[in-house]
Amino acid sequence: MNKNSQFLLEKSKEKTKNLEKKNKNEKAKTGEVEVFIMGKSYKVPAGLTIMKALEYAGYRFIRGCGCRAGFCGACSTVYRIEDEQKLGFDLACQKVVEDKMYLVQLPFVPAAKAEYDIEKLHPSDTILLEMYPEIARCVSCNTCTKSCPQDIEVMKYIQMAIRGDIARCAELSFDCIQCGLCAMRCPADIKHYHLSQLSRRLRGKYVDPKSKNLAKRLGEIDNRKYDDEIDNLMKMAKNNIMELYKNRKIEAEETGDLGGD
Amino acid sequence: MKMIDGYPDYMMESIKLVEKKRDYNMKHPVKPMSMKEREEMLSKYHPDYMKGTRRELRVGIDKGQIFYNGIVDLLEARTIVNPKDIDLSKIDYDVDLLIIGGGGAGTVAALFAHESGIPVEKILIVTKLRHGDANSMMAQGGIQAADRPNDSPALHYLDIYGGGHFTNKPELARALALDAPRIINWHENLGVMYDRQDDGEFQELSGGGTCRNRMHSCKDYSGMEITRNIRDRARNLEIPVLEFCPIVEFMMDDKGQVAGGIAFNLETYEYYVIRAKATILATGGSGRLHLSNYPTTNHYGATGDGLVMAYHVGANLLDLDTIQIHPTGDAFPEPIVGILSTEKIRGLGAIPLNANGDPFVFPLEPRDVESASLIKECKEGRGIVTPTGMPGVWLDSPMIEIIHGEGTIATKLAGEVRKFKRFGIDLTKHPILVYPTLHYQNGGVEINEKCETKIPGLFAAGEVSGGVHGKNRLMGNSLLDFNVFGRRSGIYAAKYVKKAKIGKLTLNHLDKYNKMIDNLGIKSEKTAPIILPEYRGEMAISRSLDIF
Repeated sequence: MNKNSQFLLEKSKEKTKNLEKKNKNEKAKTGEVEVFIMGKSYKVPAGLTIMKALEYAGYRFIRGCGCRAGFCGACSTVYRIEDEQKLGFDLACQKVVEDKMYLVQLPFVPAAKAEYDIEKLHPSDTILLEMYPEIARCVSCNTCTKSCPQDIEVMKYIQMAIRGDIARCAELSFDCIQCGLCAMRCPADIKHYHLSQLSRRLRGKYVDPKSKNLAKRLGEIDNRKYDDEIDNLMKMAKNNIMELYKNRKIEAEETGDLGGD
Repeated sequence: MKMIDGYPDYMMESIKLVEKKRDYNMKHPVKPMSMKEREEMLSKYHPDYMKGTRRELRVGIDKGQIFYNGIVDLLEARTIVNPKDIDLSKIDYDVDLLIIGGGGAGTVAALFAHESGIPVEKILIVTKLRHGDANSMMAQGGIQAADRPNDSPALHYLDIYGGGHFTNKPELARALALDAPRIINWHENLGVMYDRQDDGEFQELSGGGTCRNRMHSCKDYSGMEITRNIRDRARNLEIPVLEFCPIVEFMMDDKGQVAGGIAFNLETYEYYVIRAKATILATGGSGRLHLSNYPTTNHYGATGDGLVMAYHVGANLLDLDTIQIHPTGDAFPEPIVGILSTEKIRGLGAIPLNANGDPFVFPLEPRDVESASLIKECKEGRGIVTPTGMPGVWLDSPMIEIIHGEGTIATKLAGEVRKFKRFGIDLTKHPILVYPTLHYQNGGVEINEKCETKIPGLFAAGEVSGGVHGKNRLMGNSLLDFNVFGRRSGIYAAKYVKKAKIGKLTLNHLDKYNKMIDNLGIKSEKTAPIILPEYRGEMAISRSLDIF
């Protein structure tokens, strides 16, 4: 065998391998995929979320399953696809299974929360640092951001917290579902999701301006302004109140602006 | 199957029609229905009016009432607890107030019970999953409160009562409307970040069946923002919470009072006897029963346990002949079928359209009417059928940015953007496919304005209770419900605790109930409550669904 034919042989092997790989991918798209639940192999239909795949495999959740819609953070999952370098992080209820996925769920995140009475805190530049001093140890490695299933710029909001920018920290962290993956990955032991909870409460309570309309309405209710009117509605004969309901003006319809803000 | 921007090409064909007619559709809105048209639509297309979805209950205090099949199945089942397995002489927890359920209603109840004088160590929240795993956390669109100058609590009352088809208990509708502004103010003081205008006034949208724009929101994470604030407050106070320990039955005493409950530790399989002077039932809803075979928006634990346990002690139930199907559950792609796309999408101006790109309903009818209209459109063949056989109609989300400007969707519907982005769908560019999904338990255990049930010692609040919304709830009134009645239940239970004296503990009511089932000759292997739904094996995928 000369050098050239050796090369051709290698090429053809590679081609077969690629073809096999492609076929496998095709199969994965339409048929089954193989997943490894804590190392154990199961064949499950393609297109299922990780959560449904675990159930299909026979697991019944107690932990690791909450709202099943991406809001509660109960089902944070760590995975690695065979032969891939990177670890993946996601929510089992949202992420669709891929072939050769190695899966494990986090049943609980141990992360201490600072205790406080929000009434007694002041939204000062240093309050977040005082309550969570470990944020000063942030090494800007960005691992928190990479592990966030919500794609929140976690490291950035920690930087805002260090800087004392409560409003920005609250804004950037707003979509946090408190799954805790950031805190589990952080080399500086920061409890990002507890800290950001505090920043949002401080902003909501102390930073954002208040509604004058609401204050006025509370006064009116205290003075029992609406009591008689509602009492009358409660006592009204059914056909009369039906008539009243039917003929009431709909603001959204009148302005033609359904969303009007 | 060729995919374009997340959709199969045949669905994209239909989207082309939607795009072509968008301008025209925005300028020619469909008018709201008259009361008569609404009734007709409901009677023909809503599952509450279909044959075979409901039947007569044969046992207990509500014998003869018509409830949904799935509810009747549970009420006509033997108790899951065998009283012989429980040793009532050994009390594991002895408290003043037992709160069953760690969602919105339960947590609010704990805070106000504490504020009304019960020390934290005398309160115990027990919950099936984690503290905060609840539908409360998932509510997206917002919370109603009449606080704008052109609005009033009386108008809010009228909306609640009319939306409920005039079947609500008036005193509960009154409490809901009149307490609402106070609740928003309480949230402000806790630190809830409501969407506001620059001048501090709330950004308030319209919702289905509301005559004024009074929907307060926190992006499309309204429930999450409110619930996590409330939970944070409870955690700071160190209110005790027992997680993964659902209550499986109430205890009673020899005076006929509810005297606490039996908890079951899902991880160690132990029973705990919890004695309490007062008990608040806040177990939430029952979407995971998949009544009428609908997919559901509800969280994993929403299995109607509270209804069953309350019925076992003789509390009566209201309006369980109705379910709330939310008009805009996701119909595509398959992994998110049944998950909610918030009503706020319509609140911001998106219009439902059929396969031809034509509008067929006023976008903000009350939920039951809107749902029935979507079902009609699909039943009559003007819907789009997905590759997995799920029907749906378009919700034309790109209209939102034409009305409110570019970037609106990213800031106001961040959760929705995130959900669809995973599947390559951009809702600023293309419409989303929706079909009604089981969303809310309209009725439940009857309460009065003090949240008392018919049984002394037992209070109820939130989705498990009945009477507040009658036979149909409006958007933005469930977040409000768990706050208003969670608060009231905490306050009135605290009052009750001061005078309550517990007698000798008993589980005789369970023996009596099982005897009643046996006497009827009901041959069912079923036991209730069911605690967790069953999705193992094929059940994991068989939920997309024989709706037709």
